[in-house]
Amino acid sequence: MVPYIAKRLLAAVPVLFGLTIIVFLIMAMIPGDPATAILGSYATPENVEKLNRALGLDKSLPQQYLIWLGNLLQGDLGRSYTLNRPVLDEVLERFSATLILAGAALLICSLAGLLAGIVSAVRQYGWADKIITVLVLVGISTPSFWLGLLLILIFSVSLRWLPVSGMYAIYGGGDLPDLLYHLTLPALTLSAVATGVIARLTRTAMLEVLRQDYIRTARAKGLKESRVIGKHAFKPALVNIVPVIGIQAGFVIGGAVYIETVFQWPGIGSMLVTAISTRDLLLVQGGVLVVAAAYVLFNLVADVVQTLLDPRLR
Amino acid sequence: MSAGTATAGKAARRRSARPGSLRLILNNTLATGGLVVLVLICLVAVAAPILPLPDPDVTAPASRLAPVFSAGHWLGTDHLGRDLLSRLIWGTRVSLAVGFFATLIAAIFGSLLGLTAGYAGGRWDNGIMRGIDLVMAFPYILLALAIVAVLGPGLLNALYAISLVNIPFFARNIRGITLGLSRREFVDAARLAGKSPVQVLFTELLPNVMPVIVITMSTTVGWMILETAGLSFLGLGAQPPQADLGSMLGEGRKLLFTAPHLSMIPGLMIFALVMSINLLGDGIRDVLDPRLRAGSLTRPVARTEVMREQPVPAQADGQAVLEVAGLRTEFHIGSSIYKAVGGVDLRLAEGECLGIVGESGSGKSVTALSVMGLVATPPGRITGGTAWLEGEDLFAASDERVRQLRGSAVAYIFQDPLSTLHPLFTVGDQLVEAIETHSDVPREMARKRAAELLALVRIPNPRQRLAAYPHELSGGMRQRVCIAMALANDARVLIADEPTTALDVTVQSQILVLMEELRRQRNAAILFITHDFGIVSAICDRVAVMYAGRVVETGRTEELLLNPRHPYTARLIDCVPVLGEPERRLEAIPGRPPVVNHLPEGCAFAERCPRSRLDCRQGEIDLVMTGAERGVRCLYPLAAGERA
Repeated sequence: MVPYIAKRLLAAVPVLFGLTIIVFLIMAMIPGDPATAILGSYATPENVEKLNRALGLDKSLPQQYLIWLGNLLQGDLGRSYTLNRPVLDEVLERFSATLILAGAALLICSLAGLLAGIVSAVRQYGWADKIITVLVLVGISTPSFWLGLLLILIFSVSLRWLPVSGMYAIYGGGDLPDLLYHLTLPALTLSAVATGVIARLTRTAMLEVLRQDYIRTARAKGLKESRVIGKHAFKPALVNIVPVIGIQAGFVIGGAVYIETVFQWPGIGSMLVTAISTRDLLLVQGGVLVVAAAYVLFNLVADVVQTLLDPRLR
Repeated sequence: MSAGTATAGKAARRRSARPGSLRLILNNTLATGGLVVLVLICLVAVAAPILPLPDPDVTAPASRLAPVFSAGHWLGTDHLGRDLLSRLIWGTRVSLAVGFFATLIAAIFGSLLGLTAGYAGGRWDNGIMRGIDLVMAFPYILLALAIVAVLGPGLLNALYAISLVNIPFFARNIRGITLGLSRREFVDAARLAGKSPVQVLFTELLPNVMPVIVITMSTTVGWMILETAGLSFLGLGAQPPQADLGSMLGEGRKLLFTAPHLSMIPGLMIFALVMSINLLGDGIRDVLDPRLRAGSLTRPVARTEVMREQPVPAQADGQAVLEVAGLRTEFHIGSSIYKAVGGVDLRLAEGECLGIVGESGSGKSVTALSVMGLVATPPGRITGGTAWLEGEDLFAASDERVRQLRGSAVAYIFQDPLSTLHPLFTVGDQLVEAIETHSDVPREMARKRAAELLALVRIPNPRQRLAAYPHELSGGMRQRVCIAMALANDARVLIADEPTTALDVTVQSQILVLMEELRRQRNAAILFITHDFGIVSAICDRVAVMYAGRVVETGRTEELLLNPRHPYTARLIDCVPVLGEPERRLEAIPGRPPVVNHLPEGCAFAERCPRSRLDCRQGEIDLVMTGAERGVRCLYPLAAGERA
């Protein structure tokens, strides 16, 4: 088991390097001269050249990449010119807020999706299955940003149960109940699509497993149906579902961009949207890089969990 | 075949022929609903220029923020007094066009990459797929954001970004299919005929991967519309005055509390659009992807449905441990009814071994599975007869009662031990579970007992083996584990469904010896299902030969083997090769067993029987008992020593 995990970790290293190359290239492809952009069009050529040298832009692209990568490895992602603070500080602060939101959403969609999928499979073609199938379709067809607004109108404006936006109350908040109070709506909204996807996949996976001979064996042994479904059918189904939950993590973190904008959640998504409109590209670069790296690591965890579940993969 | 049955057969074939794809989609209510809504939306969007609508961009500050259903503005107006209905329809036009073209671009480039990688293989494949893996290592929307950040906000840039991040999906799907196809003969033939790789790619492979491209398109176009709308919502897509549904929603959001209709209505439109596309997409996928249809037949319920049409027959023999009387099990698939078991009687005394012999499809396994309700429902259904277990009607018992009897009073051993043992649990776990289900013992006791069971079936180092997973054992060992599991609770009846068929000959005989010993030791009755007369002679006291869902001959083993009376039994015995008799002619039985949804009248074997006469094909032919244990279902049975 340990050698397997070590092998997987090693295999993630080139992927992470690939990510840095792509992110670097995307930013290098931006049309226009950064020095001119910073200094304005009335800058003297000498000043532009000086700044170019200071930014390292007079060197070749591979050289620039290596310098950039060296800085990156030392935790230096540059300074955000709009916020006037190190990109890494801002990104990590924002990312922790996103992790709370995305983590909660991922928890909700995994639990709800698995449960709905199992019920749907066990009651195939029954009324519960039909209702769940339609709900799943509604879930994956609903624009999450619109759903967020709709839930705000219902639960915040009409019923006044939950806050409209933010992560903590402005005055006197900051504890866990306050966080959960603010987290409920955005997390639910963010989990809607992924719940649908996971429910759908769980249904298919469970139906596939329930046709297997070993399920007939479990029933022939006289096991209670709850045990047949919950243990003998669920575990093999989970082996196929876990990687998809890993992929869904990417969709959830990506979808957080909309939800953070709708609910003014101080996460990395809303930071990116602002940074793109203000052309704070170092901030965009740092944000994209950190999120992508986290996503790679998350998929790695999903891989390892899958291996733990299925001894044949070891 | 008579003229009547010939036309009936043809009619049945015509009915079962696959109707056209469009008709299949229309048969699906949800997909039809999606199609109707989508066509309506598209028609309105296309007709926007000729519809009597106000100009969507003309502002009228006087009538700003009019509510829904105001005079002249059905859906009200926005903060600049522009007519919302008109803006909605024009916005839908833009969103539809963007979604469609984004899908088209992603499909074209993704398919090209996939076709190239799959067909060229080797280094090309490796390079392309590594690149695609890298792109997929980014969270999807994040990559689109990064691309928009580079290109700058704008509708076209959003379109490029969304199509770019979708290319990997197409490339992956298409590559998989292409890889399989490019090893096929028709591709080799085209290559040998002198076609260039490009020609092969476009004239041979492309037409064959088209369905996959269509499926992928139909399942992703909804996503693309959602995502471009999302970028516009964030202010990174369509820029004013241009408007798509997403940017309308984004603008409306600023007035969420004062004028909710400004954001709710465009959102509802996106939802309707994407929902209809997804409904239709699912319908298309179901029609084009045959794998999804195959699985839809069996429903995973715990017990076979019992719908007995005739009164329950009385128990004939109070001494029998298990008695099956008049058992009928049917499979209802579409409009056809397959009578897999058509009235089977069996009797099993204490410590006795009864063999059921027959070709594949003769109904022997279904008979065995029906006893404890293990036939999948639907399509399976028990429509008649009963199974008495020590005087208890199993088909009338409650689900809970049947569950308690399964594995304790009646235990099963199945054919392929690799697929019947659970792959993800250790042998020990599975054995302990079988013990704990039926008796309340502490875990340590159960583990000890499990090890004893493994020792009983001659597995060396039983204690250590408890920790083994099925895939770590050999085939013979696995079947021993299955037998040990069946013995876990001192079952009165063991039902063994071809337990040795998947094994080597030497392992086969070991398992048979083991079962024979266990029978003697424990005095359990065994119902042994097999197609092999060699096994029958080794282990069975009595035999029942099945054909087309009925018992055609029964008797004591030696007697039946020596003097088969039914022509089918005789021919079946002749099919068995005998060692040391190379000059003996092996005779396959000509023809094939009848399909059990079109059983002929009279004897089901008449079609293949050299002795059949006219009256063999008429009426009901009974199993005639010629002795206490001997019976044959034949009007003209063979005399002793006669050959069929």
